[in-house]
Amino acid sequence: MSAQAKKYSGQPLKRVEDPRLVKGIGTFTDDVRLPGLLHAAFVRSPHAHARVTGIDTQAAKAVKGVVAVLTGADVNEKCGVVPCAAAIPDLKLPKHTVLAGERVYFVGHPVVVVVATDAYAARDGADAVDVSYDPLPVVINPEEALKPGSPLTHPDLGTNIAFTHNVNGGGDIDEAFRKADRVIKQRVYHQRLTPMTIEPRAVVASYHAGEGTMTIWSATQVPHYLRTLLPGMIGVPENKLRIIAPEVGGGFGAKLNVYAEEALCGHLAMRLGAPVKWTESRRENATSTIHGRDQIGYYEVAVKNDGTILGLKARTVADLGSYCQLLTPAVPTLTGLVLTGCYRIPSIKMEIVGVYTHKMATDAYRGAGRPEATYLIERLMDLIAKELGLDRVDLRLKHFPAPTDFPFATACGVTYDSGNYQGALEKARQLADWKGLMSERAEARKSGRLFGVGVSTYVEICAIGPSAAMPAGGWEWGCVRVEFSGKVTAITGVSPHGQGQETSFAQIVADQLGVAIEDVVVMHGDTAVAHYGRDTYGSRATVLGGTALVMCTDKIVAKGKIFAAHLLKTTPDKVEFSGGTFSAPGAAKELTIGEIALEAYVAKNLPPGLEPGLEASSFFETPNFTFPFGTHIVAVEIDRETGRVDIKKYIAVDDCGPQINPLLVEGQVQGGIAHSIGQALFEQTVYDENGQLLTGEFMDYPIPRAIDIPEYILGHTVTPSPTNPLGVKGVGEAGTIGATPAVANAVIDALESLGVTHLDMPLTPERLWRVVNQRSVAGVGA
Amino acid sequence: MFAAPFEYLRPSTVDEAVALLAQHGDDAKLLAGGHSLIPAMKMRLAQPRFIVDLGRVSGLSYIRESGNMIAIGAMTTHYALESSALLGSKCPLIPETAQTIGDLQVRNRGTLGGSLAHADPAADWPAAILALDAEIDLAGPQGRRTVKADGFFVDLLQTRARPDEVLCEIRVPATSKQVAYEKTEQKASGFAIVGVAVVVGKGGDVRIGVTGVASCAYRAKAVERALAGQAAASSDAIARAASHAGDGIEALGDIHASPEFRLHLVEVNTARALRRAYEIKN
Repeated sequence: MSAQAKKYSGQPLKRVEDPRLVKGIGTFTDDVRLPGLLHAAFVRSPHAHARVTGIDTQAAKAVKGVVAVLTGADVNEKCGVVPCAAAIPDLKLPKHTVLAGERVYFVGHPVVVVVATDAYAARDGADAVDVSYDPLPVVINPEEALKPGSPLTHPDLGTNIAFTHNVNGGGDIDEAFRKADRVIKQRVYHQRLTPMTIEPRAVVASYHAGEGTMTIWSATQVPHYLRTLLPGMIGVPENKLRIIAPEVGGGFGAKLNVYAEEALCGHLAMRLGAPVKWTESRRENATSTIHGRDQIGYYEVAVKNDGTILGLKARTVADLGSYCQLLTPAVPTLTGLVLTGCYRIPSIKMEIVGVYTHKMATDAYRGAGRPEATYLIERLMDLIAKELGLDRVDLRLKHFPAPTDFPFATACGVTYDSGNYQGALEKARQLADWKGLMSERAEARKSGRLFGVGVSTYVEICAIGPSAAMPAGGWEWGCVRVEFSGKVTAITGVSPHGQGQETSFAQIVADQLGVAIEDVVVMHGDTAVAHYGRDTYGSRATVLGGTALVMCTDKIVAKGKIFAAHLLKTTPDKVEFSGGTFSAPGAAKELTIGEIALEAYVAKNLPPGLEPGLEASSFFETPNFTFPFGTHIVAVEIDRETGRVDIKKYIAVDDCGPQINPLLVEGQVQGGIAHSIGQALFEQTVYDENGQLLTGEFMDYPIPRAIDIPEYILGHTVTPSPTNPLGVKGVGEAGTIGATPAVANAVIDALESLGVTHLDMPLTPERLWRVVNQRSVAGVGA
Repeated sequence: MFAAPFEYLRPSTVDEAVALLAQHGDDAKLLAGGHSLIPAMKMRLAQPRFIVDLGRVSGLSYIRESGNMIAIGAMTTHYALESSALLGSKCPLIPETAQTIGDLQVRNRGTLGGSLAHADPAADWPAAILALDAEIDLAGPQGRRTVKADGFFVDLLQTRARPDEVLCEIRVPATSKQVAYEKTEQKASGFAIVGVAVVVGKGGDVRIGVTGVASCAYRAKAVERALAGQAAASSDAIARAASHAGDGIEALGDIHASPEFRLHLVEVNTARALRRAYEIKN
């Protein structure tokens, strides 16, 4: 990275994306209208498990405006199966076709697609399809699914176990448990969540029969993944397939996928010779877009009486739902990568059992595996402190590696890049007025109030990922072009969908090239423009995409120096570049990068051997993940009569390295904490015992609203990552990872006087009222 | 989320609306804000063939004094009720209740008459209307009639209004400031898991309307009786009385709250509403 004065990086600039979004003139997939556009609607299974005994499409075909009514028998041979890219040895995969075959295995499973000249006719047609079902036995609970004699999610697989994955790391685990003074055990349930992006999924597919080219607009986080994987499904070669992710209204992992509907719309556009649109309804979004979490863990930790942790054993039952989407089985294995949190834990043993049940597939949801790990280790730290009568903060400090211990190799087999966990904890305690908060807690408890303080110190994995850790490349691509006019176009292979990189990447590029930020445009999300990319997920975009752009600007500056030397009649090594201007000692004049660009394109006075133009592209391969960290402290009070949790104070200190745009960082942290509060206190995807989804609408699935969010006190520390020239670490998931255990620990701390040491989430009023009430009835209460 | 085909009818008077109902019978539904009807239509749970939109019927949106009562047109929005200075000074339970409904967008579209006629067991208005002992005017083919709020709500989504009647006006009495509405929200929908409205009348009579707990809103008459004639109830008396708020009630249960929890909350919210109405500090 060239040494440039940073005019824009570090500034809390407002998002350049916002004016068009606030005005309602952004283009989302559903806004795409093409001549002759047809509309698709799906008939979906009302059963969690059933044999399809008949499909009568006659009435549907007679509905005015209906163009086609197609079943699995019509399309499945022509469309490849929904891909799973997770590299798990011995993974048992059901063949998940784009429409159901002879069996449906979750409520919302698409059975028939109806295509019509407008969306109303398509829906009328779908209602007119008559599907006969013969219900089959259902299994919903993953632990029941493991029992002998359980109904099978897929009878042909002969088992509900998709895979068993073992992680053993560090020292001898058996010896650790032999040497232990005590073993503390806990079962922890990480409930199923629905991502509930405000924009549901949407697809428009358009096929040019003459050229044999296909353009697909999709509300996706991963246009490049689609371009890589859809050719195998629909038979359009990669170099004739263009994917456009226009404005995307939230993803959180739910749109990090390749869905049946995306392939099917492509196939229908070819088959019917007209463009086809499908926009998901909210209920379809709830039943048929991936869910998150749903892990049951049994944990045992071996400790000495002074609190020293010797080893950790875990058995996790991960509910995969009924089939595998792109990364379904990989998500629980991510839990295994960061199981030890920010602590020295010398040995671990983890067994992850992936189980099929008759529910929607789980997959990556904001944090994807790391929230589960963090929640678990942070709960365990509190349990250990409680059991041994130790201070929970001291216990955490005792196990932190020192800032000088980095790079720090963990028993989970990863190496943390950099860290100062003590610094973030101290800063959080300072912002929280820790002593004052603890006396407030003591005072409140004296008068019988249920007041609790929770702490979570977390580390997470970002910048996913090094290619070695990914099924198909973990690098990132970028291209920067200084145009004829001196304006700058930066093209990134990441696919922002709310993160704001049109702004933060412009800050990076403007600083690197010394140009005004208004002169930089950041383009993304169209594979015809951003030829290569690995898209946006896993808090990777700024680390990888930002660095790829820095590499491009470095190349541009190097080429600019050759031009400048030629024009200034000196040698490139004598040329300095600063503030957008090339200069050389003793030269008669200076040249701006714009002037150099003009010379480079006019090309009448080229340095010998140099190509015209001022453009560079780069791939960045990272040597490692990054490991952001932080401390969250939260104070809550529970209303004894109603069980309602009131968040009195919320402090978050996050260290994501240097911040390109602190306003964007704050937005990410705030949003992440909001997600966490939702998970800790009220969100849960609920299926009944028959596999009917009871939380299929916003009427029943509570997402956090402004009124649920306390005023945050946010701070940060800055520990650069050595993995990249920007030193950045990533922040998209930090809030979700750090906050859930802090809130849960606070609520459980508030119930300390009742002898409560653990409760599963969500910590709803009724759940808490029951705890308080039953204890009171038993005479244990305060 | 596309409704089944329907025909849209837009009367400009109540008489026209009544005539359209008479003409189309069960095939017609009145649209009076649409916050319940339109989602049901989009999910095709409701597929009326005719929608009779009351939105352009003149003279159905007003708040005015009428003797000792305040008359409210059925199509008055929640927001208009929330922000009415007249109601704020003469019948403060109405604005207090209104501001707990949904969010601002909902309150700008939804109407008092629409909510009462729909009779969702978790709607907020029925509690207030019962506690205020309101009068409700219904227009039908035989002309207008007045019914009392007490007894208006019959069962889940059922009222004493006949299918061919249009709810036109609600009249509530002027009250003192001794009123309160205590609501526990269903986290997702914002509807009431339990909502308790209390009005302490002159001479110490108290009326209590409860919503969210049972298949329709009801008066907590056992509590009212226990407190009758007490101009200034004590905190203990309130606690004792409130323990009868769910007497004889078959409570609803769902994923948001069990019957047991609802029956507990109705006691808590009744006590809290009473303490507030009687101006007792905790």
